Amino acid sequence: MNVSVIISIIIGFLLLFGAFLSLVTAFGLLRLPDVYTRNHAASKAATLGVMSILLGTFLYFYSEHGHFNSKLLLAIVFIFITAPVAGHLISRAAYHSGVKLWDKSVQDDLKHKKEYEEKARS
Amino acid sequence: MRTRTNDLILQTITTVVAFIIILFSLSLFFAGHYNPGGGFVGGLMTSGAIVLLLLAYDIKTVASILPIDYKILIAVGLLFAVGTGAGALIFNVPFLTHAYDYFYLPLLGKTSLHTAVLFDTGVYLVVIGVTMTIIQTIGESE
Repeated sequence: MNVSVIISIIIGFLLLFGAFLSLVTAFGLLRLPDVYTRNHAASKAATLGVMSILLGTFLYFYSEHGHFNSKLLLAIVFIFITAPVAGHLISRAAYHSGVKLWDKSVQDDLKHKKEYEEKARS
Repeated sequence: MRTRTNDLILQTITTVVAFIIILFSLSLFFAGHYNPGGGFVGGLMTSGAIVLLLLAYDIKTVASILPIDYKILIAVGLLFAVGTGAGALIFNVPFLTHAYDYFYLPLLGKTSLHTAVLFDTGVYLVVIGVTMTIIQTIGESE
């Protein structure tokens, strides 16, 4: 096996892996019980899936056409920085607007902190 | 009732990401002649970065970071566009005739400089001005 075949296999693996992770995200969004677990699935799996699809695309253009597309690398960094923050903000907004946790969850540390702060203020 | 906010993560990420967005918008603006991009998309992207700053901080903080009157920016942009068009009349050619040539700049090497870039600068400034004026007037009204 020469180098270009190995690189094509890596590209194919990255693209299929990214597509698989996006599918996992979609199943997670459908099957998980509440906002927080769904957000957990969406912000983690989709981020890695999109990043590996972009890395596969970058490798394809670099190896097949000799075209170094720095925008794709910038997009990978950008998604890696921003997607988890978006997930954090959505979860936080959901919690502060009073969305209930799943009825089988056992621990809610932030609730006690809120009560404690209100007690300290009054 | 708005109490003490705790937006540390959003504000830290915004300071990093706004630089990336502004760099990418400048890249889109200068790529306009040979690649997809140009004044309109570049201007929208730059105002997107400013809107992200507005989301993370408040209007007064952003106004102290960028002390720009966006209505004046619209006027300057229109002046750029009309000025490039009227500049053609000096050389006795029709309105909006553009000229280009290749120059050897000290750092960049062989570069093609085109007067359409000046027109594009006008479009860029007008798009930033209009977007930011719309968003700030909506945001400030109670």
